[in-house]
Amino acid sequence: MNTPIVSVKDVSFRYNDRKVLEHINFDVPEGSFLALLGPNGSGKSTLIKLTLGLLPMQDGEINLFGHARKNFKQWSKVGYISQKANSFNSGFPATVFEVVSMGLFGKVGMFRFLKRHHKERVHEAIETVGLKAYTHHNIGELSGGQQQRAFIARSLVSDPELLILDEPTVGVDASSVQDFYELLKRLKVENGITLILVTHDVGPVTNLVTHVACLNKQLHFHGYTTDYQRLDNDNLSSFYGHAVHMVDHQH
Amino acid sequence: MIQDFIQYDFIRNAAIVGIMIGFLAPLLGVFIVVRRQALIADALSHITLAGIAASLLLSKQFIMFKTLNPVYIGMAFSVTGSILIEKLRIEYKHFQELAIPIILSIGIGLSVVFISLANGFNTDLFNYLFGSIIAVGVSDVWMVFIVLIVVVIAIFLFYKELFLLSFDEEQAHVSGIRSRFIHFLFMILVALVIAASMRIVGILLVSALITLPVAASIRIATGFKQAILYSIGFGEMSVIGGLIVSYYFDLAPGGTIVLIAALILVSVIIWKKNRYIFRNGKHKEGNV
Repeated sequence: MNTPIVSVKDVSFRYNDRKVLEHINFDVPEGSFLALLGPNGSGKSTLIKLTLGLLPMQDGEINLFGHARKNFKQWSKVGYISQKANSFNSGFPATVFEVVSMGLFGKVGMFRFLKRHHKERVHEAIETVGLKAYTHHNIGELSGGQQQRAFIARSLVSDPELLILDEPTVGVDASSVQDFYELLKRLKVENGITLILVTHDVGPVTNLVTHVACLNKQLHFHGYTTDYQRLDNDNLSSFYGHAVHMVDHQH
Repeated sequence: MIQDFIQYDFIRNAAIVGIMIGFLAPLLGVFIVVRRQALIADALSHITLAGIAASLLLSKQFIMFKTLNPVYIGMAFSVTGSILIEKLRIEYKHFQELAIPIILSIGIGLSVVFISLANGFNTDLFNYLFGSIIAVGVSDVWMVFIVLIVVVIAIFLFYKELFLLSFDEEQAHVSGIRSRFIHFLFMILVALVIAASMRIVGILLVSALITLPVAASIRIATGFKQAILYSIGFGEMSVIGGLIVSYYFDLAPGGTIVLIAALILVSVIIWKKNRYIFRNGKHKEGNV
C-alpha cells in the first residue's frame, strides 16, 4: 500500500482550556478527494492549520508524504488556499501575474530569481484558471470569484501534489462557485492532485469527492462518499447537533 | 543655483543626500504602507530623536563626543527601537499596533528628559526636528551612501520574500519562508533609513517622505513593481523640488519637501477622480 499523503494520528488540540480537537485519526490516500465537513467551530480550520504548520502541535502527530510535519521541508508540494483569500487587502498593488508568481517563491528559494521557465509556468497557471485576459490587472480589480481563481493559480503554479482548500467559496457568487468546482474536477482528473476541501456544505461536490470526514471536535465519520450518503438523518443530526437533510446534487 | 551647487560644498552635499533619501524612503515606504504599518516610521523617528538628544547631551558633557555625528547614536536608538517593536508585536499578538504608541511615547519621554538634563539645546536640535541643508556634511553623505548600498542589496536579495510576506503572511509561512528573520531584517533597514533621512527632512517629517509618495503611487500603479517605481519617482520629485524651493525662499527643507509630496498626492487623487468622470461620464468605484 502506498504511503498516505496526509496521515493524522491521535491529534488533540486546545486553545487555552477549550478543547477543539480530540483524538483525531485518519489518512488521506494518494489521488483521493476528501471533504472535511463540520459545523462552525468544529475544529476544521484548526486541523488544517496544524497540518500546514501554522499552529504548533500539542498532542499526536501529522505526517505529510510520509514525513513527520516538523521535519517536512518540501512545502512546494503542498498548495493551500485559505478562507482569508476572500478578505485580503484588495487595495494591495499587485497584478495577477505577481500574485500567482508568489506561489513559486518557496520553490525557487532564497537569493534566487524567477527564470524564464518559471514565468512561463506562471502564465500557464493563469491560463488554466481562465484569467489570461487579466494577467496584468491589479488583483483588487477582479471579482471575488476571479480573485479566488487567481489564488488557485498561485497554489497550482508550484505543481503541488496536495491541494488544501479551506472554505474557498465563502463570499463567492453562485455561478463562480460552479466554475470553481468544475476547475477542481479538472485538476483531479487531469493532474491527479490529492485534494482536501474544508466545507460546511458537501452538497455541490458530492459527485466529486471520494472520501468524507465529519468533524466536530471528534471525528464522527470517515469513509467513502457512498457510505456517507447511506448514513441516515439521525446519524447526521447527532453529529451536527440539529436536524439536517442530505441534499444530493445529481447533474 | 547651478553655480552655487558647484561653488558651495554644503549645497552639493544636501542635494546628494536628498536624492539618495528621496530614493530610499519611498522604496521602503511601499513595503511599510502595504503592510498597514505606516505609523512605524513615526515611532522610529521619535526614538531616533531620543538618540540625537542623548548624543547632544553627551557632547555637552564630554569632549570626546563633540566630534561624533549625532546621527550614529540616533541610528543605534532607532535600530534598538525597531527590535523592541518586533518583540512587542510578538508579545502582543492580538494587539500588534500597540507596539507603535509604546515605542513612540518612550521615544518622546527619553528625548524630553535628555533635553531638560542638558538645560535645553541650541539650534542644533531644531535642525534635527525640521531638517536643514546647512547641517549636511561630508560624513553625512558617506553615511547615507552606505545605508543606500546596504538597503538596495538587501531589498534586491530579499525582494521575493518581502513581497510575499507583505501580501500574505500565512502563505509565506506555508511556502517555507523564514518570516521572522525577514521581518527583523526589514525593520532594521527601516530604522537605518529613518536615521539617515533626518538631516534633511527632520525627524518630525521623515514619516511623511516614507508614506506620502507611496499613498500617491498606489492610487495609480498597476502591480507592485510599478508601485515602487512611481513611489520613488514622486519621492525624488518632492525632494529635488523641495530643496530648490527651500533654497530660493530660505525655508526649512523638510517642510517644503513634505508640502510638495502632499501637493503631488492631492494632484494624483484629483487626476484619478476626474479621469473616471471624464471616461465614464459618472463617478465609478474602482473596486467591486
